[in-house]
This record gives sequence, C-alpha cells and structure tokens, in this order.
Amino acid sequence: MIPEKKLIFELSKPGRVAYSLPESDVPEVDLKDVIPESMMRSKPAELPEVYEVDVIRHYTELSRRNFGIDNGFYPLGSCTMKYNPKINEDTARFPGFAKIHPHQPEESIQGALELLYTLQNDLAALTGMDQVTLQPAAGAHGEWTGLMMIRAYHESRGEKRSKVIVPDSSHGTNPASATTAGYETITIKSDERGLVDLDGLREAVGDDTAALMLTNPNTLGLFEQEIEEIAAIVHEAGGLLYYDGANSNAIMGITRPGDMGFDVVHLNLHKTMSTPHGGGGPGAGPVGVKSKLIPFLPKPIVSKYEDGTYYWDYDRPQSIGRVKAYYGNFGILVRAYTYMRTYGPDGLRRVSEVAVINANYMMHRLAPYFEVAYPGVCKHEFVLSGRKLKQYGVRTLDVAKRLLDFGYHPPTIYFPLNVEECIMIEPTETESKETLDDFIDTMIQIAKEAEENPELVINAPYDTVVKRLDETTAARKPVLNCTCG
Amino acid sequence: MKKHRYIPMTEQDQSDMLATIGAESVKDLFSDIPESIQYKGTLPMSEALSEAELLKHMSELAERNANFEQYPSFLGAGIYDHHIPVVINHMISRSEFYTAYTPYQPEISQGELQAIFEFQSYICELTDMKVANASMYDGATALAEAAALASGATRRKRIVVSKTVHPEAREILHTTAHGLNLEVVEVGISNGVTNLDELQTAINDETAAVLIQSPNFFGCIEDVRSIEPLVHEKKALLTLSVNPLSLGLLESPGKLGADIVVGDAQPLGIPAALGGPTCGFFAVTEKLMRRIPGRIVGQTTDTDGKRGFVLTLQAREQHIRREKATSNICSNQALLALCASIYMSTMGKSGIQEVAQLNLNKSHYAAQQFSKDSKLAFDAPFFNEFVVKLPEGSNVEEVNSKLIEKGYIGGFNLGKSYPELEGHMLLAVTERRTKDEIDGFIRELEDCI
Ligand SMILES: Cc1ncc(COP(=O)(O)O)c(C=O)c1O
Repeated sequence: MIPEKKLIFELSKPGRVAYSLPESDVPEVDLKDVIPESMMRSKPAELPEVYEVDVIRHYTELSRRNFGIDNGFYPLGSCTMKYNPKINEDTARFPGFAKIHPHQPEESIQGALELLYTLQNDLAALTGMDQVTLQPAAGAHGEWTGLMMIRAYHESRGEKRSKVIVPDSSHGTNPASATTAGYETITIKSDERGLVDLDGLREAVGDDTAALMLTNPNTLGLFEQEIEEIAAIVHEAGGLLYYDGANSNAIMGITRPGDMGFDVVHLNLHKTMSTPHGGGGPGAGPVGVKSKLIPFLPKPIVSKYEDGTYYWDYDRPQSIGRVKAYYGNFGILVRAYTYMRTYGPDGLRRVSEVAVINANYMMHRLAPYFEVAYPGVCKHEFVLSGRKLKQYGVRTLDVAKRLLDFGYHPPTIYFPLNVEECIMIEPTETESKETLDDFIDTMIQIAKEAEENPELVINAPYDTVVKRLDETTAARKPVLNCTCG
Repeated sequence: MKKHRYIPMTEQDQSDMLATIGAESVKDLFSDIPESIQYKGTLPMSEALSEAELLKHMSELAERNANFEQYPSFLGAGIYDHHIPVVINHMISRSEFYTAYTPYQPEISQGELQAIFEFQSYICELTDMKVANASMYDGATALAEAAALASGATRRKRIVVSKTVHPEAREILHTTAHGLNLEVVEVGISNGVTNLDELQTAINDETAAVLIQSPNFFGCIEDVRSIEPLVHEKKALLTLSVNPLSLGLLESPGKLGADIVVGDAQPLGIPAALGGPTCGFFAVTEKLMRRIPGRIVGQTTDTDGKRGFVLTLQAREQHIRREKATSNICSNQALLALCASIYMSTMGKSGIQEVAQLNLNKSHYAAQQFSKDSKLAFDAPFFNEFVVKLPEGSNVEEVNSKLIEKGYIGGFNLGKSYPELEGHMLLAVTERRTKDEIDGFIRELEDCI
C-alpha cells in the first residue's frame, strides 16, 4: 500500500530554514518605537520550519500525486483540456511581462498595452463583436460582467427587466451569475433534440426578459441550428442574447456569435486559447459586445492615440465600473496572445475542424457500446448516457473510476443535468487517432467488464494513491485545515 | 493541408476518420450550421508566426516595458516588488500541477487537493480564522464577495466601507452592489485612517458589514481595536482586508475580532505581472463556514482508512445550487494559491517575521530621508508604505515620468483617486530595495521637483 503523504506542517523541525534574506543595510527599527503594542502580533504564526530540500521533495511528491494534460489524455467535457504549449509559459515569464506594475507610467509599459490592444481587437474579430474588455478573471466573472452591462443597457433605456432565461442544459455559473447580477432565473427545458425548445422560449420571453444566456454549441455538443430564430424571438421581446463562449473550440473561423445574433460574448481563454488551468485557475474571461453596449464596458479599456501610443481609457461615463483590480489576469492574456499568434486565423479554423472531427469519430466508435444521448452530428464534444449499465449495478461514476486504472483522466460526468448517468467527452484537437483509439478500446472493455464482472468496476480504482474517499463524512464533519480546531 | 506542431491529424488520419464517421468531407460535420451564418474567408486577425519569429516578437514587446530588474520600484498600492524565492517557479512549473483542471477526480488529484488544504491551513494560521477557502480571483473581488456574504448572513442591505480601502476594490464593490441591490456608504478619512466618529454614525441597525483595510491604502495601520466594538454593537460583520505579509508583525485579524478576512496573496511569492493573475484569499469564523464562496477542500479517509482530501461543502456551489449558490465563482486562482503556499513553506515561522521586519526597516529609513520640502502626510503607524506630500504645485504624474527617465519607478499618484490628495505620492519600500537605491531614488525625486 502506498503510504500516506505527510502535510508540510508535519515535516516541521524548529531551527530549520528554507529562506535567504539579506542583512539589513539600514538601521534596524525597533517595532515598539513605531507601532503601538496593541497592534503587534501577540503570538507568531506557526508556519512550518523546514529546509529547502524538504520544500522541493514535498511539492515534487504532491505533483506526482496529480494528473495533468502532460500526463495523459484528459477528455473532460466542457473544459477543453488541450495541450498547453510550453512557449506560452516562457513568454509570460519574460521580465518585461512578469515584473511590471499596473500603475507604472503609460510610456513605460507600451509593449504590454500594445499586446492588450491587439488582443482586444483579435478577440473582437474572432467573435464578431465590436469591442472587448479583458478584465474578467474567468468565465463566470465574464458572465456577471456581461449581465451587468445588459442591465446597464436596459436601465439606460428606462426599462426594468428582471429575468434571465437559461436552458436546463446550461452550466451552473449561468444562473448563479444571473443571481449575482440581480436577476431572477427562468430555466427552460430542452426539446427532444437537446436544443432550445422554441415554443418554450416563446412562452418564457416577455417584457420582463433581460436576456437569454446560451452556449452554442450547447453543453450537449449540439449546434443550436435555429439560432437566428431564437435571436429574433428574444430581440423582439426586447431582451438581449448572451453567449457563454466556453464551447468556442468548435467554431473558430467557422461561425461567429456576433453573426449568430448574440449581443454579448465571453470566452474562456483557459479553455479555447490553451492557457493552463493551473489545478483550478487562473483563467481569463474576456467579454465582447456589440456597439450598442460599448458605452457600458468596464473601465478602463486600452485605446490608442493618433500618434500610435497606447493608453488606459477611463473616459467612459456610462461604464458599469470596474470588475477586477488592475487590468485582468495579464499573465494569462500574454499566454493567450502567444497562442493565437502561433496559429493565426487559418490555424485557429483548423483547430476547430480537427476538434470536431475527433469528437465525431469518438462518438461513432463508442455508439455501439454506450447510448449516445442525442445522435447526429456533434461539434467539439458529445454526451453519452451510462444508463444501460445500471442493470448490472454499475453507474457512470464507476466507469469514471475504472478509467483511472488505465491512466486516463475521466470525462465530465453528471453534467449537463438533463441527461441521465451523463458522460461528456471532449477530446480536443491536440490528441492523435492512436490516443483516441486506445481510449475508446478501454471504454469498450469497461462496458464489457460491467456486464461480466461488475464488482471489478464498482470497486475501482485500484492503482491510485488513495481509493474512493468518504465524501459524506467530509461534508458532515468538515476538517478544513490542520492548524486549528 | 498545413501541418502544425500541436495537431497530430495527418491527411490519412482525416480520411480514415471521416470514413468511420460516414462523412464525405469536413464540411459535412458543420452542416448543422446555417449557411447564412457560416463565416466565409479569413478573419481579420494577427497573422501566425513561427516559433522563432514569435519569440522575437514577444521579446520586443516585453522590452518596451520598464521592468523591476532594471528599474527599482517604489510603487505599491496593492502590488509589490518582493523577492520571490527561486524554488517557487520550479515547483509551479511541474506540469502535473499547472496543466491540471480543478480536482474533480480526487484519486488522481491528491497532490492539488493536499496543496489547497495546506493553503487553507496557512491562511487560517496567518489570520487566526477558523475556515479559509481555496482562493478568489483577487483581494479586491474577495472584498466584494465579503459584502455579499454579510448581506446574506445578516439579511441586511447596507455596506459601510472606509475610504481608506483600496480605491479599485471600492469601485468593484460599487459595481457588485448595484447588481445585488446593496447600499454602499463610504466613510471619510482623518490623518490617513478611518474617521471613527463618521464610522460610528454610519453604522446602524441596517448595516450588514463594515469593510476596513489595514494596513490601509495609504499604508497606515487602522485602529481596529476601536473599530470592532462599533461594528459588533450593531450586530454587523467586521470584514478586514489585510496584507498577508504584514501579519508577520501585526496582530492577526482573528484576534482583532474579524468575522471575515480577505486580502491578496500577491506579496507571498506571486509576480506583479501588471497586476494579475494574483490570488485572493477569504477566511471566516466557524459560524459563517457554510456561507463561504468558492471551492473548499476537506480531509477525509478512503475505503482503506487512509487520509485523503476532497472538494467539500459543495452544496454551496453553482454546479449544485445553480441560482441559489452563495457565489457564481467556479475557476479560481489555484496555481497562485500554490505560489503563496510554497512561499510560506519557504519562509516558515521565522522568515515571515524577518521579511516583515526588513520591510519595516526599509520603509522607515526611506521615510526619514526626505530633506527639502517634501514631508510625510500622516503620522499614523505604517508598515511598508507611506504617503509623501510633495512641495506645493508638484505634478506627481510628471514627476513619475521624469523618474522613469532616471531609471526609477516612482510611487502611486494619489490625486488620481483622492482629489484632495493632489500632489501626494504613495511610496512602497520592500525588502528588495537597498539603501543605495533608496538614497538614489530620493535624490532624484527631490531633484526633479
Ligand atoms: C459551459 C461553461 N460555462 C461557464 C463555465 C465557467 O467558467 P469558469 O470556470 O472559467 O468560471 C464553464 C466552466 O466550467 C463551462 O463549461
């Protein structure tokens, strides 16, 4: 059995250090002379005392207990786990990008401003929007920013609209962002094709509709073919159309949200533009808008003077205000820009084509063994249902856990919520046919195991550092840190 | 077909795969997209560059920025030039960490989960709070989330915030408050700290939270011991925004009676990078545990009884609760939380105190060197940042432009955010600044005014 991994706090031994600080070359200040005792720390923080090798071995061992894209195939639907190019990591670490301050004089950061300005324009071109803000730190943050702009737009016209419509297949952040922007959420059912039910939509819209939030292709990997009609229904009711761009990897250079009729778009650069997900973040969620919403963009944006120099443009009286300190997750924007310049417009189109070919190929090969939730052509991802395996007592969760024994990161499971025993697979364009075939063969084998030897699947995984964990006790009797209580 | 180094599909692969699918061409796979909205032609975007060309282009852009290596920085205002121990970049460059998604599959994500659990432990230890989450976008958005939490917990709508709180954090608070229909009341300043009389008047029975930053935006340490009873007397929640590095020397927010503690972990080993990505932290009392926004990791055991870690208390989160979630946050700033954890592991119990003491030494030395007509604006105690009032008629922006020409990054122009502080400069002096740099900077500063 693989032994438990100690916490860094458990490695501590008084007297060890892992830091190196300079001697003070200015007079030592006696704390008591400058700070009243009531403001001084009464008891030092008990941080562990370790030396440098402890730090290196500890985090190296932790990294070995983690699975990233560089370790293997990661078909996590809705997350676009494509290869994270190494050049992006190098450029983001250039001192001219990593060691600069947001409040330096503008003339001393012209290179950074040019990069942001170009990225704003390139993302506007890609999405078919008129202007882009780079401030939001992630997709959900972009959603909220977009909805706040939609709110400001309606308010500027003297309209009070209180509802945001989302399909039942939408991501949880959509309704949660609507709440944060002060809206009530109306959830509409998808139809038997997995698409927006036009009649349901017609019933839901009204003069209280602020917006419809939609992902296209949607979270089932299906393109909303009636998007122009959907847009017309919402616009006729006086609402706006919000595009959740988490699924943009399917459509780059092929179709644009702006041309579909959307008014506001966010992109997840940590998906589509290959920036690493960092074990949970950081991301970047730029938001693009059509011209009628430009006045409401968060301030500042980056603009250009006639003489070709760049500046922070704060002169935006109708702006919704600021949404993020400074100017967004700049280090992520540098990576995304590097990526986009690696491909250029034709390359990005090819990215989407290959992502879609890969997904359709996998769907076709898996269809005889797993029920395809919505047969037909898919885009960059597709959804299976593991419901057939329930007769053997095997659930989708068990299939996912069994995949761990074969060295794969499992697909997204139990999302979207409107498909029973959901398995959502997104291969991305950076995987080879051989990788896909191996994974498919493994899935087929697990389907057979489920039928012939269900216990094998139900008790998986076997080869991981821990086995299945007790999540119920974790939530009932929370132990959330090792330092108190 | 143009070949690309990240795309393995050959022409043969493509035709084999299309045959399996039963499609004649790639176009068939996009037949569900109406003709009328298909994009024809090439998008008007920046062109592709080869690896070598791209590196050259990126270096050229980078070289047009004045960086801290070449220009000693005296600029703070929330983003600081601290020393970053070299081990941090080595460890966060392990791609098992940085190329992973959120740890949804705990059996193969124990490394990240344990790292987050340790981060939560570090934040609790530093702040003396009971519960910390896995991170927020930054300190400023964390403050706005604190206001939202307080409003939910107290069922009140009034947020009282001191004007000594970071101006950008207050801007975000105002944006957020508009969405949540909260009332924001700003309290004035006296001698660089929150005006306590005004504060007391502002807090009433409708007040959900009082937001205080200490050290505040001017670097001054707030008298939280006097503020705390004013807040709790009205059953409002005391939210403190703190610089985590200052907690090496300053009293912990938990001991000062805070209900919610937020801040930005940038001083803990995170590059400035034009202000992002950094890492917000968020800690609360036990009572508020189930209202905290964002991801949380908890300890548990596996089927063999072995210790392990999982994402927990998820019934608060958007993927379960949708419109009823405590926050809309999904992706956070995990990799930067890892930076902060490795920083704290490296500094340890004595390092965090020593580095804080060095900041204190340097800033107090610098504050004493002004000879001519510039003087300290406030006499409240400060940590590593302070405000200088330049001689009458000085234009801080012009001064900063001249300083850049002399090779220094000057301080924050306070007039930009506080009209009454026109001609005032906020200076940060970290442990990275040497005596020579401080002396040289002040000489040049005094020369150019
Ligand atoms: C469809 C969809 N929308 C929104 C989001 C939220 O994005 P983020 O995690 O960057 O906030 C996600 C990410 O999981 C998503 O898949």
